[in-house]
Amino acid sequence: MDFQVVVLAGGTSKKLVPLVSKEVPKALLPVANRPVLSYVLELLELSNLKDLIVVVEGQDAALCVGAWISGAYIDRLHVEVAAVPEDVGTAGALRAIARHLTAKDILVVSGDLVSDVPPGAVAAAHRRHDAVVTAMLCSAPVSGPSESGSTGGKDKSKNPRCYNIIGLDPTKQFLLYIATGAEIEKGTRIQKSILRASGQMEVRADLMDAHVYAFKRSVLQEVLDQKDTFQSLKQDVLPYLVRSQLKSEVLLNGVQQAEETGNEKGSSQNSHMILSRILSNASAPSFHKLYALGHDGSAPVRRTHKCCAYIASNSKYCVRLNSIQAFMDINRDVIGEASHLSGYSFSAQKYIMHPSAEIGSKTTIGPQCMVGEGSQMGDKCSVKRSVVGRHCRIGSNVKVVNSIVMNHVTIGDGCSIQGSVICSNAQLQERVVLKDCQVGAGFVVSAGCEHKGESLARKEK
Amino acid sequence: MDARRGAGPRAVPKVRQVGFFTRNPNPNSPSPPSRTRSVPPNSNSPASGNSLSPVMIPPPRHVSENLSYLRTTAAVPVPYSRRIAQEHVTVVGSYNPADSVLGETLSPSFLDDNSDASTTLGWFSRSGSGKLAAASSSLPSGGFDLTAVKFDKFCGLEDKKQSQIPEKIGGVAVEAQNEVPSSSKPNKAKTTKAERRALQESQRAAKAAAKGEGNKSAASSRGAAPAKPQKQPSQKKDDPLVALSIAASDRKGTDRPPEKERKKEVPAPRMQFDDKNRVEKAKKRALVNQTEARNRVELFRHLPQYEHGTLLPDLESKFFQLDQMHPAVYKVGLQYLAGDICGGNARCIAMLHAFQEAIKDYTTPAEKTLVRDLAGKISSYVSFLIECRPLSMSMGNAIRFLKNRIAKLPLTCSESEAKASLCNDIDRFINEKIILADKVIVRHAATKVRDGDVLLTYGSSCVVEMIFLYAHELGKQFRVVVVDSRPKLEGQALLRRLVAKGLSCTYTHINAVSYIMHEVTRVFLGASSVLSNGTVYSRVGTACVAMVAHSFHVPVLICCEAYKFHERVQLDSICSNELGDPNAIAKVPGRIDLDKGTNKENLQHLNLMYDATPSDYVSMIVTDYGMIPPTSVPVIVREYRREYLLI
Repeated sequence: MDFQVVVLAGGTSKKLVPLVSKEVPKALLPVANRPVLSYVLELLELSNLKDLIVVVEGQDAALCVGAWISGAYIDRLHVEVAAVPEDVGTAGALRAIARHLTAKDILVVSGDLVSDVPPGAVAAAHRRHDAVVTAMLCSAPVSGPSESGSTGGKDKSKNPRCYNIIGLDPTKQFLLYIATGAEIEKGTRIQKSILRASGQMEVRADLMDAHVYAFKRSVLQEVLDQKDTFQSLKQDVLPYLVRSQLKSEVLLNGVQQAEETGNEKGSSQNSHMILSRILSNASAPSFHKLYALGHDGSAPVRRTHKCCAYIASNSKYCVRLNSIQAFMDINRDVIGEASHLSGYSFSAQKYIMHPSAEIGSKTTIGPQCMVGEGSQMGDKCSVKRSVVGRHCRIGSNVKVVNSIVMNHVTIGDGCSIQGSVICSNAQLQERVVLKDCQVGAGFVVSAGCEHKGESLARKEK
Repeated sequence: MDARRGAGPRAVPKVRQVGFFTRNPNPNSPSPPSRTRSVPPNSNSPASGNSLSPVMIPPPRHVSENLSYLRTTAAVPVPYSRRIAQEHVTVVGSYNPADSVLGETLSPSFLDDNSDASTTLGWFSRSGSGKLAAASSSLPSGGFDLTAVKFDKFCGLEDKKQSQIPEKIGGVAVEAQNEVPSSSKPNKAKTTKAERRALQESQRAAKAAAKGEGNKSAASSRGAAPAKPQKQPSQKKDDPLVALSIAASDRKGTDRPPEKERKKEVPAPRMQFDDKNRVEKAKKRALVNQTEARNRVELFRHLPQYEHGTLLPDLESKFFQLDQMHPAVYKVGLQYLAGDICGGNARCIAMLHAFQEAIKDYTTPAEKTLVRDLAGKISSYVSFLIECRPLSMSMGNAIRFLKNRIAKLPLTCSESEAKASLCNDIDRFINEKIILADKVIVRHAATKVRDGDVLLTYGSSCVVEMIFLYAHELGKQFRVVVVDSRPKLEGQALLRRLVAKGLSCTYTHINAVSYIMHEVTRVFLGASSVLSNGTVYSRVGTACVAMVAHSFHVPVLICCEAYKFHERVQLDSICSNELGDPNAIAKVPGRIDLDKGTNKENLQHLNLMYDATPSDYVSMIVTDYGMIPPTSVPVIVREYRREYLLI
């Protein structure tokens, strides 16, 4: 279908700092004991997209990701892993791999997306309207631990957060305005010309940009070349394209050439005009076309391009892993309500336990839990709505609620862990009480400590 | 059923007059030029004038009780050469089978009438070209009325019965066929394959006998003759056997291809969607997941109707799975499905452009020939497009053209040459058959616009719009009434464009058409297709407008490119139509949904897309070959079909 897929897998994100490390870049953070990148790759594989370009920030991270991909998908996918320098941003990353892009359209997917929205739908909407860019929008996730009142939100993100302000035309197919929630507090400007052309604008704050874009390659490369300062697709390129859709500065060359060649031959141009008139009259014209035609309805006087939106239906799951809170939410959802994504089959009690895991007597594992391969648990433990990774050693009388315990973690007797993330190789000694904490990889929490809402990590030397 | 009953008797004389085989003394008979072209003055037309004599000699009444006996004995007078006789066979055979069938199956006593009917053939054809009312009153015997009535009844017969009939007759007449050509006339239309082959061979022999191979008139008249029988069977096209005979007969109209090719050309009988087994099978083949709509109108069960809401998302999500579809074709299909492109010309052009793209990107796989593989590819594209939305007849014609071009590619030419020539052909088709045709139509039709006219149009036809604009450019003073209807409200866009160009317009809905018709002086309508009995197949509501105009004695001009003409005959809009989204009529913005608060089980929505306007309401068809009466459509179909297949 003449599409190329670019997965932007990021590097070691600063937002996720105690969780990610040199060894575990963002793309490999485990979600239900699987790297988050695998969700994207499998979604693409399901859509029959087998040639992928995965872009990773930083050489080391790229090596990690590349090693993992080649191990997991060697015979299934054809993946090229490209390393770009750190902190170039998403636009910079695309700029760096521009020479690899050859297809007519480019599908850019964020590597931290956990979703079951078919990417084909975005591509199809893109093709149908012959758009310059099509963005996938999904309903903003309810963040924070949902029903359980036991844990208060760690940060302010529990309040309904405004992800994006999005303006749509009445048919809900075209993007008229887009801004991230943070920008809007300073006040914003909506272009009068766009508003006037479309007649009506629906402003929505309950939608989130899912960071799945279909770009027209020629346009994308032109924008990236011309605007050196653009760093991010989401914050620079997309708003720019939306903003300039009625006074398009891209696409100029192609159209002009077509017109010139048309003028050379009078008769053929005449029939060409009739042809285009038949075609244009047949369809309900979009406001772009009406605007381009100007008032007299003769030859196009203004150049426009279309920015489309594909709105995923509410029944689909679509969340990005871009904060610690999101990480916990996704983990909870993937073994909970969106369990079809995890690819595991749940037992009747709605938890997953690897056959090699061992649990002691009187240990209870509640629904929506997962215990990984080779983990051992002592007696009288209780695990609720949590993920326990591989080869963990958990002592007796331990409570794990709403938490994520990664691989090779040792937890001493009598610990209580609530709403926390404990990274690989961490060690919790006896009677540690953690609430809403993040424990970095390899960190040792000494016995009897109580922490609340803290981020515990080894000092980088 | 009303439409069917109403159309039946009216259509009978139309069928008879279309061929222009009998000499027509009636001065107001339509389109003499086409007659002179199709019927050579020297040999054939006197023949056709007298030709009825062998037919007219009635077989002895007392023996005619047995139909098969009648057939063998009726052959007594065969004074003319084989060739001529055979032409009559086809001429008469085009409608007679109905009578004979009736005679056999319904009432044996009808046989007398039957033979009467064949004797009175001369009157039919003469009077049939005039007004129907005059025709039936001027008939001396009750023969015509009777046949008409029977015919009508026959139309109403169940399919099952119809499908049995041809076999029966075919079986009876097999031996009679070769020795006594003239006797076989009654069952010409539903001959079996063996019979047809025999007939064809005899025709070929006759052709060889006819000295002038280059004699255009003879050829054309022979080519024309078999074109007739298709009218009869198409009333019951549910019957696969008859579908075969349609195809066979229209192939005969052109230069006879070898048997193999002819077989390939035979279209599969149209899918009947009330046949569960076949629907299941088709579903397995389908690329798009189609859920059948649940609450369907019983009368229209044979037409496909799917839940519209689910189709688009499903197709969209499969975007990357449909590898075998060319992106351009996929895009067009998506646009059909989403309703982004509608209108016969636009859909056809979009489809052809997509095919052009696909051909440009095509490479012949190893160990395959381009001709075969590409034809298969195109077929798969077409079936994909059908899944998105049923094709219009004009698109069918365009596809037939393209496939023909592919089949005719010389084996020696290289792949790039072949591709270039096909793309060129498509361009030429679009240019000549659509754009140039539109220009010619506009020139023709603009002569019919006079100062002070009030022109009415319905819906939004691109040709009609061009006519208005052109007439306006010429400086003619006229007013336009745009009649529109729910749910599409296509007229609004037309109105907007016309007003923008400075035409003075009136906009009304179809409910008010009888009110507005008082002031109208001409009605210009577009058409999706024009069928060979003169029936105009067009946007639903057209028939209503045409009928009102007719009763107000306002001339109705149908503007339609000749590539939209189709040899099919349709008497009603039931057997072949398209069902639109039922929600479109149930949901009116700003009002409460019809579905709300009602029991869904006993509420069925029927959103028909097309209707058939009987030719009686049509004063003139403006086409790229000139302005013709609706009775001349088959002439165009017959004479020019060949030409554009070989473009």
